[in-house]
Amino acid sequence: MVREKVTIEGNEAAAYSAYKTSEVVAIYPITPSSGMGELADFWAAHGEKNLWGTVPQVVEMQSEGGAAGAVHGALQTGAMTTTFTASQGLLLMIPNLYKIAGELTSTVFHIAARSIAAQALSIFGDHSDVMAARGTGWAVLFSGSVQEVMDLALISQASTLKSRVPFLHAFDGFRTSSEVSKVERLADEDYRAMIDDDLVRAHRARGLTPDSPVIRGTAQNPDVYFQGRETVNPYYDAVPGIVQEMMDRFAGIVGRQYRLFDYVGAPDAERVIVLMGSGGETVHETVDYLTERGEKVGVIKVRLYRPFSREHLLQALPATAKKIAVLDRTKEPGSAGEPLYVDVVTALSESMALGESKFAAFPRVVGGRYGLSSKEFTPAMVKGIFDELAKDSPKNHFTIGIIDDVSHTSLDYDPHFDIEPDDVVRAVFWGLGSDGTVGANKNSIKIIGEETNNYAQGYFVYDSKKSGARTISHLRFGPRPIKSTYLIRRANFVAVHQFGFFQTYDVLEPAAEGATLLINAPYPADEVWNHLPRPVQEEIIRKKLKVYTIDAYSVAGDLGLGIRINTIMQTCFFAISGVLPQEEAIAEIKKAIEKTYGKRGEIVVRQNFAAVDAAVAHMYKLEVPAQATGTIEMPAVVPDEAPEFVKNVTAMIMAGDGDLLPVSAMPVDGTFPSATTQWEKRNVALEVPIWEPDICIQCGKCVLVCPHAVIRSKVVSEAELAGAPEGFKTADARWREYPDKKYTLQVSMEDCTGCTLCVEVCPAKDKSVAGRKAINMHPIHPVLEEGRKHWTFFDKLPEQPHVDSVKYNNVKNIQLLEPLFEFSGACAGCGETPYLKLMSQLFGDRALIANATGCSSIYGGNLPTTPWSKNAEGRGPAWSNSLFEDNAEFGMGMRLTLDKQGEYVRELVVRLRDVIGHKLADDLLSTDQSEPEGIEAQRALVEQLKRTIQNDDAPEVRDLYSLADKLVKKSVWIVGGDGWAYDIGYGGLDHVLASGRNVNVLVLDTEVYSNTGGQSSKATPMGAVAKFAAGGKPTGKKDLAMMAMTYGNVYVAQVAMGASDRQTVQAFLEAESYDGPSLIIAYSHCIAHGINMAKGMDQQRLATETGYWPLFRYDPRLKEQGKNPFQLDSKAPKGAFRDYAYNETRYRMLAQSNPEQAEILLKQAQEAIYDRWQRYEDFAKQRTAETA
Amino acid sequence: MDLTTNYMGLTLKHPIVPSASPMSDNLGKIRQLEDAGASAIVMYSLFEEQIASESLMLDHYLTYGTESYAEAVSYFPHMESYNVGPHEYLDLLRSAKEAVDIPVIGSLNGISTGGWIEYARHMEDAGADGLELNIYYIPTDPFMDSAEIEQMYLDVVHDVKKSVTIPLAVKVGPYFSSFANMAMRLKQAGADALVIFNRFYQPDIDLEELAVTPNLMLSNSHELRLPLLWTAVLYGRVAVDIAITSGVHTHEDVLKGMMAGANVTMMASGLLRNGPDRIGAIVEDLKRWMEEHEYESIQQMRGSMSQRNVAEPAAFERANYMKVLGSWRQDPTGADLR
Repeated sequence: MVREKVTIEGNEAAAYSAYKTSEVVAIYPITPSSGMGELADFWAAHGEKNLWGTVPQVVEMQSEGGAAGAVHGALQTGAMTTTFTASQGLLLMIPNLYKIAGELTSTVFHIAARSIAAQALSIFGDHSDVMAARGTGWAVLFSGSVQEVMDLALISQASTLKSRVPFLHAFDGFRTSSEVSKVERLADEDYRAMIDDDLVRAHRARGLTPDSPVIRGTAQNPDVYFQGRETVNPYYDAVPGIVQEMMDRFAGIVGRQYRLFDYVGAPDAERVIVLMGSGGETVHETVDYLTERGEKVGVIKVRLYRPFSREHLLQALPATAKKIAVLDRTKEPGSAGEPLYVDVVTALSESMALGESKFAAFPRVVGGRYGLSSKEFTPAMVKGIFDELAKDSPKNHFTIGIIDDVSHTSLDYDPHFDIEPDDVVRAVFWGLGSDGTVGANKNSIKIIGEETNNYAQGYFVYDSKKSGARTISHLRFGPRPIKSTYLIRRANFVAVHQFGFFQTYDVLEPAAEGATLLINAPYPADEVWNHLPRPVQEEIIRKKLKVYTIDAYSVAGDLGLGIRINTIMQTCFFAISGVLPQEEAIAEIKKAIEKTYGKRGEIVVRQNFAAVDAAVAHMYKLEVPAQATGTIEMPAVVPDEAPEFVKNVTAMIMAGDGDLLPVSAMPVDGTFPSATTQWEKRNVALEVPIWEPDICIQCGKCVLVCPHAVIRSKVVSEAELAGAPEGFKTADARWREYPDKKYTLQVSMEDCTGCTLCVEVCPAKDKSVAGRKAINMHPIHPVLEEGRKHWTFFDKLPEQPHVDSVKYNNVKNIQLLEPLFEFSGACAGCGETPYLKLMSQLFGDRALIANATGCSSIYGGNLPTTPWSKNAEGRGPAWSNSLFEDNAEFGMGMRLTLDKQGEYVRELVVRLRDVIGHKLADDLLSTDQSEPEGIEAQRALVEQLKRTIQNDDAPEVRDLYSLADKLVKKSVWIVGGDGWAYDIGYGGLDHVLASGRNVNVLVLDTEVYSNTGGQSSKATPMGAVAKFAAGGKPTGKKDLAMMAMTYGNVYVAQVAMGASDRQTVQAFLEAESYDGPSLIIAYSHCIAHGINMAKGMDQQRLATETGYWPLFRYDPRLKEQGKNPFQLDSKAPKGAFRDYAYNETRYRMLAQSNPEQAEILLKQAQEAIYDRWQRYEDFAKQRTAETA
Repeated sequence: MDLTTNYMGLTLKHPIVPSASPMSDNLGKIRQLEDAGASAIVMYSLFEEQIASESLMLDHYLTYGTESYAEAVSYFPHMESYNVGPHEYLDLLRSAKEAVDIPVIGSLNGISTGGWIEYARHMEDAGADGLELNIYYIPTDPFMDSAEIEQMYLDVVHDVKKSVTIPLAVKVGPYFSSFANMAMRLKQAGADALVIFNRFYQPDIDLEELAVTPNLMLSNSHELRLPLLWTAVLYGRVAVDIAITSGVHTHEDVLKGMMAGANVTMMASGLLRNGPDRIGAIVEDLKRWMEEHEYESIQQMRGSMSQRNVAEPAAFERANYMKVLGSWRQDPTGADLR
């Protein structure tokens, strides 16, 4: 049988097999497993059928816990059921895993194995999650490559049906789940031959039915629970045999033979490594290399980890083995050893004790940790481990791949050891997310993988920013299946798609001697050399690189492609890499373009064809001089005045050298300094805003909306402006309170993303040139130097005091307050960050923030730097992220501490009146802190208190001293997106709102799971397309506000800054001042809406005008004043919902793909708007007695 | 009584045709127009810019922000296919042809001779009975002379005509130095009919916002005068069918158009204002008038008041213009004319 060769990701391979063999699929997004659910949803939406000729039900749940529950229910009623997850998601499923296994239920969960959040969250791959589930009674089968994922997914399905033991089918997150690889797709006949329908029917027959009722899920007591638990042993004993049987059956059908423990290496190996997952491929490759050179080494690739078969392990190990290193991709602090190590030691010990061992002497077994959070695992490290095993006393409990200068666990190895064969093309591409490099490379892999006999592999490394993000693509093409599950270390082709990278990264580091270098340079070919930094020139000469250059941006510009240089660079790659003959390559690229872009319209195809045709003609070979002649040096990553930690640690991470940081450099408990984004000047904007003081009305709108806090204003005296750099702009301050002062507005150009939201919101126009506003975009390069000087001077001007003659209750005044959230890596034009910045301006110096996992926790807390900042007094938001699901509770915990310790410290003040003085004590207990003035006064009193008691060593006094700051009012903010608030965290949020505690909940409502790529949530509006709602969401958005209002004692506001910044400010002030739970639901336009982000605020306005997003506030305090607590702040719907919705791709794409459905949903959505408005209007009109 | 008329080879039951407007942007409305008595339908216009921009926009937003960040390499689900702009249009045209019995004329709006012209053929393939090419160009470049602009018109007509076999109407504005000459050259380039005149976009200024605001005003009967003039002039001189559009609101307007020499009169503003049923009412008024005035057929009156057939051909020329001014000055109300 000829099976189709496809180039796909590991996630697709797993999803393909899972979908074929399922009737019910419950899904929930979590990186890096989301792709599996997305594909299952896509296939179901397009009517793809499973093995039995029917389309599976694919249902998104509200959490992984929910998905596991739904799966459990479906299994208990006899459906072939699956789900996909990772990391925290798997942890949330654990209670059900025990149940499903305890009930001997056949199912397979596919796991893109990922780190678990400990000292920090990490989205990357290791086995911590699967290991956390190893006690649940599930079989665990590990795949190490994309092909294995497809194969073992089927083998695990066949095995679970026969054994009745449920299976976790795991593979490494990212390294395998996201690697694109050429594999053989299993045919329907293969599935047919592997899946025994009698077993499927037996599974179905075990399902609950009232036609033959039984009960399951009983409660058992001390008399029988234990025995009940032991009933399953024979089933577990049978699993290894069954899995091997299925592996053998699979080999008979497909030809690929797997074993429970696959041994590769010298038959007489003395040193053996045991491990599982993708690292096994790298060890395999290294063992092949070393055995060819006579070394007696081998590797055991563990496939079936649970149930752990001692017998099969011993069979697989060569009898000659003297030293064994067992590698775990997980960390269990305080254990006797990591789990696989302990299992191997136990197996060997038992066999020795039983006298069954094949070894002459007990082999020396050591355990080691590697590859946590996708840490690279290379042949050099493998060689290092084998070298360690060669020693008389190899280190046990070692680590490899890091420098552990604290516990000295790490092994030394020679990082230059390299085994990559020369007949494999190894290409590294440096690009920006926005230039399309990754997409083009994915296309190239498909072309080469599917149109030639070559094997192909692609792996993509992204950085942690959402705007101006760097991408590095690693592509391999070769005559054999590629086992190199690590990044390319010695590339024979390097492409640098962004010229600026030469100054920020060591882009030529991976270039092998004699490699080809392709540069996209914004200069004529004969000027490119002189623009390269001198060290880069030297490296080019030293490595004898062949250099080609093209000005792809100008070619793309001429063709109307904007900044999308992907097709141009891809064509150049094919033209000079020689992977395919040029003509053939061009034909294939065009075919790929048709396939990728065809359905988006012919014009798109034609544009890209034109790019292909133009590319080669604009590429030039550079004559490399014999000497480096450049005058440009590499700039320092951070300036000298940066704090030590930033210079020593943060800067290393920023430069891409985080791998070189030793253990001692890292904080022990995940605590990092805040205010560090200021040192990461990313320079991603091509154009920046320039202020025109003569036109400006000083309204502060641009300052308010700037998502990255790069636009700031201050009011200062003439004297303070002394020494201002030339050209520093000011205007007379337009405040009654500041008659003789100057106003200045400045832009931190190096932190700007060029989003233009500021220009869009600016209401002031030049009376002579109406197109010119008070703030206008300007190309950055001519103004950057001056801009830097201006910013530096501005930054040092005094900050606006919180207590002053102006009140901070309107946008104009608030603009002057220092933001304590700045320069985040959020998307350019982000709709969330302006709200956070506003909160930080108003309350940041006394705010505690609990941040749900999601976009805001990523741009808020992803290394290397954090935007949460602090003021000159050292005060600022204290921020933490616990989990996705528990954020409301996490924030409430913060409140509980404040409440309890606040109570205790006040008790201490009373108890210690005589020590601290009666007046001070009374003042401390009676300050009204409802306004900034009171808070300032209380801070002064606390300082006085501290001075008074600082030398008193009495225990109670020390307690008072340690808690004194708690006498100052703090503000708890619980921040998260709609995925958290409406779905996974809703139960907790509801409880916290009901608690009556003084917390402020800010829901940044983007109406989808933005951070994981736009999956539908219960906040997704009717008619919008989202992942998991490809046919347009058929149901309406949950009215979270109304639900919260039913409590009666919760302050609730719905805001949209673009619709009314005044109402937004009002809501924030009221929510914070309310001594009880507050909920603000903030419309946050998002990249996942498919809009021009520059028009984000306009969309917010339209959302409100059309009645889709009414503005309102519900203030329980008004009831006490005999008023209606509900105030509708926006006007009745004006204009059609369509006029708002069809500015957004999420709505428009339904009209373009399914116009009839779009029309129906649009109509229903419009009706829902009128209904909701009517309800709100009635509510607002109710008399107080009715609402009270 | 015979109300039939012939328009570029199509026999229509009467001369009132809804012109290209949002009234034909979905099947329900198209059916409504037929039910209301329309003799043919000109579909709403497919714009050259729309052909390109919908695709480009879709491509842009499906791509924007993707492949940048490890957790979200894309933001939208895959779709099997998209009805981007032209496809949507062509699908509607195809369904309209199946749903109604009257002729359906596709409308294409553009100026360049690029790849978009192939949509003319696609419209023919979708079943269009005829094609209306709306050439809509505001020459803002002071360095572009009129000859160059006229040639652009002729080139696009030529290219469109070459790509289809169905009859082609060309809709233009009046702003040519020699409209009669231009009409003749358009005919030579391939136009089977002229649709006169295009109502050019004339934006307004919002004084509060200091913004240019698109603000298309609906026409009124006064606007009939200009097309009436040129219809009367061209009739019998240039062998091209003529559709009058702009200013047709009543049966009198239709009658004037026919007498000046038009083959059909097209309506949009009147129908947008009063609903599709206005067609039936005008047809009834038309019949009544013809009965009262003892006309037997439309054909009988067509061109009867053209410049060639009136007693005083100069009435359509400059001399008459002077007379009008004179008569206006004698207006008894004494209104200031400036």
